[in-house]
Amino acid sequence: MREVAVLGVGMTRFGELWDRSFREIGIEAGFQALVDAKLSSGDLGALYLGNMASGSLIAQEHIAPLILDYSGLGSHHLSAVRVEGGGASGALAFHQGYLAVASGAHDFVVVGGAEKLTDVPDVDGMRISNGAADQEWEVVFGATLPGLWGMVARRHMHEFGTTREQFARVAVHDHEMGSKNPNAHYRNRISLEAVVNATPVAEPLGMLDCAPLSDGAAAVVLGPLERARKFTDTPIRVAASQVACDSMALQHRRELTTMDATVVAAKRAFGQARRTAADVQVVELDDAYTVSALVSLEDLGFVPKGESGPTFATGAFGPGGKTVMNTSGGLKAQGRPFGAVGVAQIVEIVRQLRGEAGDRQVPGATLGLAHVLGGTGATSVVHLLERAT
Amino acid sequence: MEAGIVSYGAYVPRYRITPAEIGKVWGVDGAGMGAGLNVHRKSVPAPDEDTITISTEALRVALVRGAIDPQEIGALYVGSESHPYAVKPTATVVAQAVGATPNLTAADFEFACKAGTAAIQVCLGLVESKMVKYGVAIGSDTSQGAPGDALEYSASAGGAAFVMGREHVIASVKRTLSYTTDTPDFWRREGQRYPSHSGRFTGEPAYFRHVSECARRMMEAVSSTPRDYRHIVFHQPNGKFPQRVGKQLGFTDEQMKYGLVTPYIGNTYSGAALIGLANVLDHAKPGERILVVGYGSGAGSDAFDLETTQEIATFDRSFGAPVSDFLENGVEIPYAVYAKFRGKIRMEGD
Amino acid sequence: MSIARFWRETGRRYNLGASRCTVCKTVYFPPRSVCPSCAQHRRSLGKLTPLQLSGEGEVVTFSIIHDAAEGFEVQVPYVLAIVRTKEGPQLTGQVVDIDPKEVRIGLKVHATFRKLREEGKAGVIHYGYKFSPTTGPDDGPGRPGRSEPVAATATAEAGPVRA
Repeated sequence: MREVAVLGVGMTRFGELWDRSFREIGIEAGFQALVDAKLSSGDLGALYLGNMASGSLIAQEHIAPLILDYSGLGSHHLSAVRVEGGGASGALAFHQGYLAVASGAHDFVVVGGAEKLTDVPDVDGMRISNGAADQEWEVVFGATLPGLWGMVARRHMHEFGTTREQFARVAVHDHEMGSKNPNAHYRNRISLEAVVNATPVAEPLGMLDCAPLSDGAAAVVLGPLERARKFTDTPIRVAASQVACDSMALQHRRELTTMDATVVAAKRAFGQARRTAADVQVVELDDAYTVSALVSLEDLGFVPKGESGPTFATGAFGPGGKTVMNTSGGLKAQGRPFGAVGVAQIVEIVRQLRGEAGDRQVPGATLGLAHVLGGTGATSVVHLLERAT
Repeated sequence: MEAGIVSYGAYVPRYRITPAEIGKVWGVDGAGMGAGLNVHRKSVPAPDEDTITISTEALRVALVRGAIDPQEIGALYVGSESHPYAVKPTATVVAQAVGATPNLTAADFEFACKAGTAAIQVCLGLVESKMVKYGVAIGSDTSQGAPGDALEYSASAGGAAFVMGREHVIASVKRTLSYTTDTPDFWRREGQRYPSHSGRFTGEPAYFRHVSECARRMMEAVSSTPRDYRHIVFHQPNGKFPQRVGKQLGFTDEQMKYGLVTPYIGNTYSGAALIGLANVLDHAKPGERILVVGYGSGAGSDAFDLETTQEIATFDRSFGAPVSDFLENGVEIPYAVYAKFRGKIRMEGD
Repeated sequence: MSIARFWRETGRRYNLGASRCTVCKTVYFPPRSVCPSCAQHRRSLGKLTPLQLSGEGEVVTFSIIHDAAEGFEVQVPYVLAIVRTKEGPQLTGQVVDIDPKEVRIGLKVHATFRKLREEGKAGVIHYGYKFSPTTGPDDGPGRPGRSEPVAATATAEAGPVRA
């Protein structure tokens, strides 16, 4: 297996992009990444496109060749493949791109992620997002994704004494971070009181514990590390790319407060990179719900099981901390266009490692981790990225 | 061994509304109305309950109490005037939900409020002829009166299931007979949401004539007198009619002590007389004679002369709720919530 | 959900049909054809036998849902729970016949038969299990809530109609 590097990154603004179509945002992100990588389209071998629900959201399947075509790459007859894994779709596409380059099957590939959520009413967006849960044994009985995560939160409170306020602090943190990100869906700061007192969605979770439904796209270009210096002065090495899965429905998990898929993916990733959580300076993790962020901090190994609530409340993962969480604003503030999320996390980590993150730059960051879940953790993807020396 | 009731179960949804609360909405003295009808509260089904779920709950209790293998049920009939489907049987869903499929015959009955007693008669025939080992008869409804109509103060939800058989009979059926005429006192045309009725015509020529004629003919047929019965159960569209017809026939309030349940849960239509009978069986000892006279608009009455056997002394009623739980308990809701639960609020797409 | 898709699962949704691995004795709901617990799980192929759950269990965790799943809108706020059954498997379902404020982890419940959703006004009605509180140790399924004097909490429980 060869070493793989990220050569270029790009993304659209996330949010309510009313005047822009699915194909427009897909193309914009892809071009930004290609321009950033100083690569010509003739060098490319494949496109991997992460997308969760285009069929339900815009009645368009077969979107990988569509994006390829409208990007002007149709005549190159590249291999173009859509990758789906719920909210982890983009991260899975990145994993496929990584494998393609690492194996030598392709030299240069584009990995994109895109989702267009505002072309359907909010209620449909909610219904479609519930598609990442088990339709037959969860949703049919009245479960929603926030409801399932609400049950994880309730159990976490029961087992470890985590408080409502401790969950809320994740949303406050994310909005603070998002306020410094020009691409973020939400750039407003919010107070702890506002989160705690927000309209309940799935108790104990309220409206501000839940990430929004956003439009957006992100893309990166991958190539072999040994040839990276030809395209960029700051190649970012993919130190680990790992995927792990678990039972589809939350009810069938070994435990309700530990996502085994994350524990396993993280263990494999740190093993592959020969690093530990303590070495990571920047982490983009799944905060689709405030509870998913706290549980993920534990499962990734940043805090012992059960201690995320009080530890996070000390500001340990804020600016100046040993590891800074969700500098992009996370899914909560940067936005949550399902298929784009996993790729946008990579974009943020790359910008941090290159030192191009502007107001939200974590000084001297050299190792970053990206983590995203599909559904309630049936899929978990962990990537470690490192500034190549 | 005479055929009869082998087991039984009843179910009434947990929500209640008072006539006073209903009257407040329509500018009517609801409390006075309730006192006049002798209905203090009526049951309201939750939005996820209907005749199918009520029937299933009642039958599941009956099957456990009687330790009956559902695969030995040869016939299952559900009597109701509020079957969730106009076409597609209630009985098949209930049969599937209790594990009685596929080796049985099943059908839905409709005869206003006496479809359940009609089902008992059919089951008796099948059981006595040995065509089936067990026949299940259920009377169950989630009836509605039109908003503001007098019926709205009483129409409620509930049901009871009776397993009929020849062995381990807890109450044998000595005799059953019916009295049937064409009398248009109450009806609901195909496609109409709420039933219509002919006001005071529902009284003398309808309810009273049929119930008292049927009761008299029964007593004549078995040479009994009112004093021979420990318990009586009449159909009870409200709490007043059965008291009055009982008095006319020479029965005392004491005989109706357990058989009259409508004052506490409202008129459960096809379930009414059967829940009354279930309450009687909850309290009955061996050797007690029971007269049941159902009534259905349109119109007809079915009478049953029953006698409890020694089996009832050891019959295990501990499983499931006794009827008294439903009469005493419940959660009262305001009219607005009742309107939402019963689909009386016009929603998008209605 | 399409008619056939729902219909083929009625045995599970109506009657809690589960399966038990004859090798390791673990019970699964919904039934499985391969046992995930057996070390060499291919050996369990064809060795799972049908079993019906009693429907009795206790609440392991729950959430009070305000933003309803499609078809559950008139029931908000409703309680969604994961219930651990006596036989072992955990099931996700609503807890009904209780004030949501009174639900707690450890609450004893039993399966009840309710409408799950309707396919619009003219379509089919789907039925299946929900859970209802079981009050005392001697109370079997089918027993409704303990004696509740006509409750003042009813309004809160039934909830305001959300716009």
